[in-house]
Amino acid sequence: MTTSTDHDSATLWRDGRPVYDRGETVCVVGAGPSGLVAIKNLREHGFGVDCYERETGVGGGWNWRHDRSPVYGSAHLISSKPFTQFPDFPMPDDWPDYPHHSQVLSYLERYADHFDLRPHVWFGTEVVKVEPADGMRWDVTTRSTGGYGAERTHRYAAVVVANGHNWSPNLPAYEGLDDFKGRVVHSSAYKDPAELRGKRVLVIGGGNTGCDIAVEAAQQASRCWHSTRRGYWYAPKYLLGRPADQFHDAILRLRLPLRLRQWLLQRTLRLAVGDLRRFGMRRPDHKVFETHPIVNSQLIYHVGHGGIAPVPDIRRFRQYSVELTDGTEVEPDVVIAATGYRPRFEFLAPEALAATPEGRPRLHLHAFSRRHPTLAVAGLVESDSGLLPLVHWQTVAIARWLRLREAAPQRAGEFWTGAVAKEADRRWTGAKVQDTPRHWFEVSHVDYLRALQKMIDGLAGARA
Amino acid sequence: MRLIRFDDWASPVPPVRREVRSATPELDEGKPPVLFVPGFGHGAWAFAEFWLEHAAGRGFPAHAVSPRGHGGSGTAPKASLRAYAHDVVQAAASLPRQVVLVGHGAGALVVERALARYPARAAVLAAPVLGGWATFGAAVRRNPGGTLPAIFGGRLRLSRRQLFSREVPDAVAKGYVGRLGRASARAQWQLLLHRAPEPAVGDPPVLVVGSPDDRVVPPSALTSAARRYGGAPLLFPGMGHDLMLDARWREPIDAILDWLEKGGS
Ligand SMILES: Cc1cc2nc3c(=O)[nH]c(=O)nc-3n(C[C@H](O)[C@H](O)[C@H](O)COP(=O)(O)OP(=O)(O)OC[C@H]3O[C@@H](n4cnc5c(N)ncnc54)[C@H](O)[C@@H]3O)c2cc1C
Ligand SMILES: NC(=O)c1ccc[n+]([C@@H]2O[C@H](COP(=O)([O-])OP(=O)(O)OC[C@H]3O[C@@H](n4cnc5c(N)ncnc54)[C@H](OP(=O)(O)O)[C@@H]3O)[C@@H](O)[C@H]2O)c1
Repeated sequence: MTTSTDHDSATLWRDGRPVYDRGETVCVVGAGPSGLVAIKNLREHGFGVDCYERETGVGGGWNWRHDRSPVYGSAHLISSKPFTQFPDFPMPDDWPDYPHHSQVLSYLERYADHFDLRPHVWFGTEVVKVEPADGMRWDVTTRSTGGYGAERTHRYAAVVVANGHNWSPNLPAYEGLDDFKGRVVHSSAYKDPAELRGKRVLVIGGGNTGCDIAVEAAQQASRCWHSTRRGYWYAPKYLLGRPADQFHDAILRLRLPLRLRQWLLQRTLRLAVGDLRRFGMRRPDHKVFETHPIVNSQLIYHVGHGGIAPVPDIRRFRQYSVELTDGTEVEPDVVIAATGYRPRFEFLAPEALAATPEGRPRLHLHAFSRRHPTLAVAGLVESDSGLLPLVHWQTVAIARWLRLREAAPQRAGEFWTGAVAKEADRRWTGAKVQDTPRHWFEVSHVDYLRALQKMIDGLAGARA
Repeated sequence: MRLIRFDDWASPVPPVRREVRSATPELDEGKPPVLFVPGFGHGAWAFAEFWLEHAAGRGFPAHAVSPRGHGGSGTAPKASLRAYAHDVVQAAASLPRQVVLVGHGAGALVVERALARYPARAAVLAAPVLGGWATFGAAVRRNPGGTLPAIFGGRLRLSRRQLFSREVPDAVAKGYVGRLGRASARAQWQLLLHRAPEPAVGDPPVLVVGSPDDRVVPPSALTSAARRYGGAPLLFPGMGHDLMLDARWREPIDAILDWLEKGGS
């Protein structure tokens, strides 16, 4: 006889292991921003929710206490408040336009308390396996974070994966890296500018992390080289006295064609920031919006002060130096690879997400598994705006979809065949986004939200 | 539901100093906080008179916010309904738990807008002035001198007879009328000409309360407001428009709190 522990009820079996049936409850993996908003919106639509979180607190990447948190001391938002906050829970008016990362954490903690989400979260519990079960349900196997303790399997009606995609480092395999005597860290392990004080520092990568860290190095290190493999557009945090993203949306709402917007924004940037070649930087090899936006007012300023030397891509590492593609060599003590992250779903079979050989899930709207109507991913997008509002609407769509399935299975089936299963992969942005590994899920927030709007309206229509 | 919100993104409502008055129960019984929203010309003070303490006495953390330009909040001569709703949502989100919104008079119209931007646990529209020409017509008939100037941007003046029953002593009523301020001309116009609010998020239960003897809101307006939310209004005969200040202020607030205790349905 099995006695049930924690939140268990009737027992089923899978390969000789007990499986505790959680009935119509939905499982959410992760209690970062995406997981929290998933819990809230599922609850709001009447679902029971069990969320598993490997850390001991909420906030995901924004909780700097978490061992996998990618934030560093100076990190401030790059999206201003209206684009960052959940659309139904604003950040306080007396916060600045671009809050500090610690404020984002306190915002998320307040969100969790305000909507009473914590009782639904099992902290210190890691999801190790998510497997399909009979009746389109899912067996979710968990254990205490760190691997001790027994594994336990629960059966859920649906699973929403919200495990984040900014924690598994992408470290390029450079020639000679193993022989290099200096210190090499990925930006995920970098926390405090004190680590750079008085050192010669090479920062690799022209994403927002690379640019932020180069700016910190300019103020702390004895030298700073910033290596990028292409030229970029650097948007300042303010344009014409307004947060740059608010300025951009004021243009977007005019519904000008993309080409014209690109031209307009490039003009504005040329006027406001200037010709980057004057600073020894490369001319962008692409139009604006064709790479994930960089928002940084200080990088060029520090280049102008001589604190940052822009350099090209890395060719190879040597014992005491790094050779660049233009043949020059630099001799850093510390190398910080701000070369981004890779999504990882180690608890799911790649087929479940129809992942490509490179591990990119192929999902409807980057959220819905086409094969499994009861499996969804929340937060797996990058956008030209903040992430949280997009995930809010993703999870509203997920909750409404699951509701429709329950209330009207036949109409749900028709909706699925018509709107989801057959819909081909597409990009939710008009711009020709550069084909580098980080850009496959880059979306324009307006195009993407229009598509989500269509789905949410379609679900309402199917219900009526 | 509208997902594309250029207004919210590209031209956010500017911040303002906000007055919030509160009364909290001695013991936290886990009851939801209630946030009261005054109508045009009123401020948080109107609830601080009786309702806040009374609600706190029954175990509900009670708060009242003055929308910008009202009560002790910062001035805002050009404020729109959207700015008032913003103030309400800000006040709601600053509280530790999901709140119940209670809007009185035109404050109900503001609450309806706030409901589209904040998933309240429940909402109460008390003597709701939801605008439109019918309400305006009724007001002109009852109080032409106080109503007509508003069309030209002047102040909308509600009279003692519209606001209170005879049971309120004259001196007291005069005192209240003397404290009334004004909404912005823009918001006054919006009372007449405004788009229907976006749907409420989170599907909260909504209760309508009022008085059949209210000389601002005709009974038909109460019925149609309640019908929009699938119910009938709770009526308190013999009371004036200002339910929270009238002599029998206790009855409507008790009914509201009873409704909340029963789970708001
Ligand atoms: C430096 C930096 C700055 C950023 N700035 C911005 C910005 O300005 N604006 C913006 O919108 N976005 C920004 N982002 C993007 C940021 O990633 C998102 O805002 C947000 O944190 C993503 O939330 P998430 O919940 O999807 O993922 P995460 O925050 O990563 O949370 C995922 C959670 O899932 C848990 N988890 C993972 N796997 C498991 C498992 N197997 N079992 C149990 N739990 C698990 C993790 O512990 C974590 O708590 C920034 C990112 C970085 C790195
Ligand atoms: N302040 C903030 O709010 C803030 C700060 C940091 C990060 N973020 C967000 O967090 C997310 C992750 O940002 P991130 O900067 O860490 O990562 P990222 O956006 O993925 O950027 C990685 C950078 O490294 C480059 N790169 C990748 N592989 C490389 C290789 N093999 N050789 C040379 N260069 C290589 C990329 O070049 P390509 O251009 O060629 O791809 C890109 O410039 C983004 O959404 C970002 O906006 C926000």
